[in-house]
Amino acid sequence: MKKKISFPQMGNYYIVAKYLFEHILDAEIMTPPKITSKTIEIGSKHSPDFVCTPFKYTLGTMIESLEKGANVLFQAGGGCRYGYYSELQEEILKELGYEFTYINFVSEGENDLKKIYHYLKQIDPHFKIRKGLYYLFIASKMVKYMDKIDDYIRLNIGFEIKKNSFQNLNQKMLKEFSKARGYFHLRRIYHQYKKKFRKIEIQKPKHPLKVGIIGELYTVMEPFSNYYLEIEMARYGIEIKRYTNVHYLLFEKGKKIKKYLKYAREYIHYKMGSDAADNIARTKYLCEQKYDGIIHIKSSFCTPEIGAMPIINKICKEYDMPIIFFSFDSSTSEVGIKTRCEAFYDMIEMRKKHERLLSRN
Amino acid sequence: MKDCYLGIDIGSISTKGVIIDDHQKIIKSLYIWTEGNPKEATKRLITKLKESLEANYVIKGVGTTGSARKLIGLMLDACVVKNEITAHAIGTLSRYPSVRTILEIGGQDSKMILLNRGIITDYSMNTLCAAGTGSFLSSQAKRLGIDIQDFGKLALQSNNPVKIAARCTVFAESDLIHKAQVGYQKKDIIAGLCKSIVLNYLNNVGKGKKIVGPIVFQGGVSKNEGVVKYFEEVLKQKIIVDPDSHLMGALGIAILAKNNKRKQAYHLDLQEVSFDTVGMECNQCPNNCEILKIYKNKKLIDAWGSRCGREFTK
Repeated sequence: MKKKISFPQMGNYYIVAKYLFEHILDAEIMTPPKITSKTIEIGSKHSPDFVCTPFKYTLGTMIESLEKGANVLFQAGGGCRYGYYSELQEEILKELGYEFTYINFVSEGENDLKKIYHYLKQIDPHFKIRKGLYYLFIASKMVKYMDKIDDYIRLNIGFEIKKNSFQNLNQKMLKEFSKARGYFHLRRIYHQYKKKFRKIEIQKPKHPLKVGIIGELYTVMEPFSNYYLEIEMARYGIEIKRYTNVHYLLFEKGKKIKKYLKYAREYIHYKMGSDAADNIARTKYLCEQKYDGIIHIKSSFCTPEIGAMPIINKICKEYDMPIIFFSFDSSTSEVGIKTRCEAFYDMIEMRKKHERLLSRN
Repeated sequence: MKDCYLGIDIGSISTKGVIIDDHQKIIKSLYIWTEGNPKEATKRLITKLKESLEANYVIKGVGTTGSARKLIGLMLDACVVKNEITAHAIGTLSRYPSVRTILEIGGQDSKMILLNRGIITDYSMNTLCAAGTGSFLSSQAKRLGIDIQDFGKLALQSNNPVKIAARCTVFAESDLIHKAQVGYQKKDIIAGLCKSIVLNYLNNVGKGKKIVGPIVFQGGVSKNEGVVKYFEEVLKQKIIVDPDSHLMGALGIAILAKNNKRKQAYHLDLQEVSFDTVGMECNQCPNNCEILKIYKNKKLIDAWGSRCGREFTK
């Protein structure tokens, strides 16, 4: 039987995953179905009630993939209790009667390259390690480029003159990325599009409002699960800063976490699992950089972030920094979020005007 | 001719309208029930307000707030459409410039706004449950067979309020029935309800917030003397309740409409304009977004609810 591989969705990163597996494995790679309300409906139906929302989203995507004929599933856990989720998801899917091979790249928060090699050999006996490493290198560069462009988009999308010009160009770029013939080709595409992005007309005031978004990684990175909060906020005319992205998680976190702990040592001494410690340090950084506000988002029942919230609150009180917390669940009311966002914008704008008046006098 | 400005606060339970003059003084105000139909309520409200308004006034700005602000804003072509939190803060600041904490309990929601030197510094809103809001109180009043207007007065007569588990509306109700069946006096139960609302509000909305005076209490529930009394008892501070405390949101949005630069005369002849909404499911993708189409004079003017930005033409 021909192998058909699928994996959970998160943001636009499915493009990288698909690119990588397509080049190193002799198997059909399926583009995982887009996340819709149906996904979360199916996911919630088969998940434990009090599990965090990313679990439900990823489970929903995997069920939809299986329904579409996938027979190999890739999943990667994280550093919180999500590390064990993968095993639970496998059990749930098996109990539902699906037949598939399940491969978890990151179990118990550790990724073991040797293990991964064996897994890949199982799927494709002709898998070659040199080729694998080469495309892994390209994929890592692709992630880096995507995240760099994303950072630029976040800073400017609120000020675009023609609506959707940033998003449309981004989609075009991602399409070309997925057709890259090699590293140098990829780099060329990136530099081409970087220029194109800089040419998009924007109307930006000299000192725009600046807001930092921190929080639990999946909810932060998958726009569907946070009700497109990032872009909603940007549309008010705000520069958005976000630290968490795949490049950070894969390549920077290991190095930076020690620096973070040292930087925020008066608030935290140990890692708290997932990105909790990182977010605490970032809160302090955003406060010291005189941002206008912070938005903290997480899925409901996210334990590490719940632990971090009181500390974040304390830092914000000390620095007199406006902060708002959002907790997303499968049944969150969209209107409530919009009202709070609008009020948050009003609040930071009022404060900024007031500060300017004070500094002028 | 004198200029005046209309502010409308369309809440879940009641619709409030306020007309102010150039000095932010309320010239006309009205408080009616929404009855689940914000469009009709607004029509009634505007007709009545216009009848009572003297002929030498011209409405130069319209603002809407409250949960139906977007719909009514579109219907009236309002120049300002703003959320309740900002509107309440602006309204209260116009009367109490030094206010530090605003407690607001309305029909379906409750919020707390913290201010410093006339600037909002923090706010919170109830998230999931309507326990301890006006609609809960009025449904319990009905169950006990009392008029909601007498609720506060009855509560004041009691000296030892009954303890009621008010974490959740459903639990509170069963606890209340239990207390009544056991034989507690009605006034003690009512006082207990008022107290439970205060405690629930402070534990839920006011969690982790530092409450500093002067404190202003507003929203429909602020008309309930019992709740005011227990707020003062628990917070050990004086609570200011404005005579227009139920109109603060409408006043705030009227002020915002006044400060708006776009000034045009509004005629608001709503009887001649047809305004319809049609709800449908999109069915183009598995998202099945609920789309609400808005027709003004049988012409589509807007469609809400699409996540992908699909355009609707018919």
